[in-house]
Amino acid sequence: MTVDPGRVDELRSRFEDSILKSRRVEIAVLDDDYEAMFDRGWTDGLPVVPPTESLVAGMLEGTIRDSDDVVALVPPNLAECTVEKVAINAVMAGCRPEYLPVVLAAVDAICTDEFNMHGVLATTMSVGPILVVNGPVTSEIGMNSGVNVLGHGNRANSSIGRAVQMVIRNMGGGGPGGVDRATLGHMGKQGFCFAEDEAGSPWISLAEERGFNADVSTVTAFCGEGPRLVVDQRSRTPESLTNTLGEALRGAVSSRMVMAMDAMLVISPEHMSRYRDAGWNRARFHEEISAQLMVETDDIVAGAGGIEEGIPAALGGITVPKFRPGGLLVVHAGGAAGLFSAIIGGWLNGPSGSEPVTREVKP
Amino acid sequence: MNARTVVLDPTAEDNPVERERCPRPESLAGLTVGLLDISKPRGDVFLDRLETRLDGLGAQIERYTKPTFTKPAPVDLRREIAATCDAVIEALAD
Repeated sequence: MTVDPGRVDELRSRFEDSILKSRRVEIAVLDDDYEAMFDRGWTDGLPVVPPTESLVAGMLEGTIRDSDDVVALVPPNLAECTVEKVAINAVMAGCRPEYLPVVLAAVDAICTDEFNMHGVLATTMSVGPILVVNGPVTSEIGMNSGVNVLGHGNRANSSIGRAVQMVIRNMGGGGPGGVDRATLGHMGKQGFCFAEDEAGSPWISLAEERGFNADVSTVTAFCGEGPRLVVDQRSRTPESLTNTLGEALRGAVSSRMVMAMDAMLVISPEHMSRYRDAGWNRARFHEEISAQLMVETDDIVAGAGGIEEGIPAALGGITVPKFRPGGLLVVHAGGAAGLFSAIIGGWLNGPSGSEPVTREVKP
Repeated sequence: MNARTVVLDPTAEDNPVERERCPRPESLAGLTVGLLDISKPRGDVFLDRLETRLDGLGAQIERYTKPTFTKPAPVDLRREIAATCDAVIEALAD
């Protein structure tokens, strides 16, 4: 009996002095647990798992960190957020204990000045944290980097992204209609987390490009919109496919915006095979796509093409890159069949906007 | 019947201080009014017009600018506005 799943945590919560410091909230016998949590504003609109003491204690087994370690000051309220509070929200979001280190790293990443979560919430643009996980942890906890990678259906992908959003909402106070002022939003704000397919990629990973070793697990947070598909089912050469991707990327966020916003490009395995077959590595790809990302400013000044939106006329007559150096993040992921890639447009970049932030996943 | 459920509070458990709003000034004559530009395009156009209008009402105008609209106003700027001004008008969006 005592070795039954969950039994140890239940017995511990009943008979040991609890180390958990959060307020206990008793839900009356005649109340529905799920409705009671919804009524308190603790959910994202979908049902959550009741964070009982035994479940939270079980969640904390997923990390060696002390439950009262402070993980971050969570915007917008800059609330001091402990490992215990992250664990509570991770239980509610449906995480398993082994996902907790990834959630902790992601919370750390988005609560930095560089990522600027307050601004990401407050902007009327429809963006939120996009989390890319790299390294051994992705296979250890069963994350999806394959079929439907940017969609639903994998517990780790779905619940890690959701847990991070719930920390922002419950701890930081950043809920929609409050500090979150997105005009449209996107479904990825329910939680958007996926793994890069490293085993199937001929290239170094996103994390390696950002300075981490392949045997280190990381989370990279990028502030982005919902994904947009790029269809190219005819290109048989890397040059042709790069032209297609460049054409699509020039329209990322707005074809009239240059240098101000980053983007993430998710290259699927079948598209990647064009580069594998031709022997292009990641550096070669960046070099070649950069040439496709030069924009004639005469085409994007205000008034050009009968469109009032645009850069000031004084900036016409030159050629500029669509993205700042390092402003295109490239990830390999997706199902084995299908000649599609995806673009995730960013938000304002640099010190006055949001910088991509990578954090190591530690036990 | 369900067993009683006890859950742990997922929030920051903070108790925000409730503050009363300052009384609305009867008149702006002689008061210092801060005009805060959050650095959005054309915020200055809006605030220039307000300054002209407020000048006519006898208010003393102080202009402020946030370094960027994407982040909260720095603490020092908020303190300076609070210490200097009787009222503040913020030009929010473009």
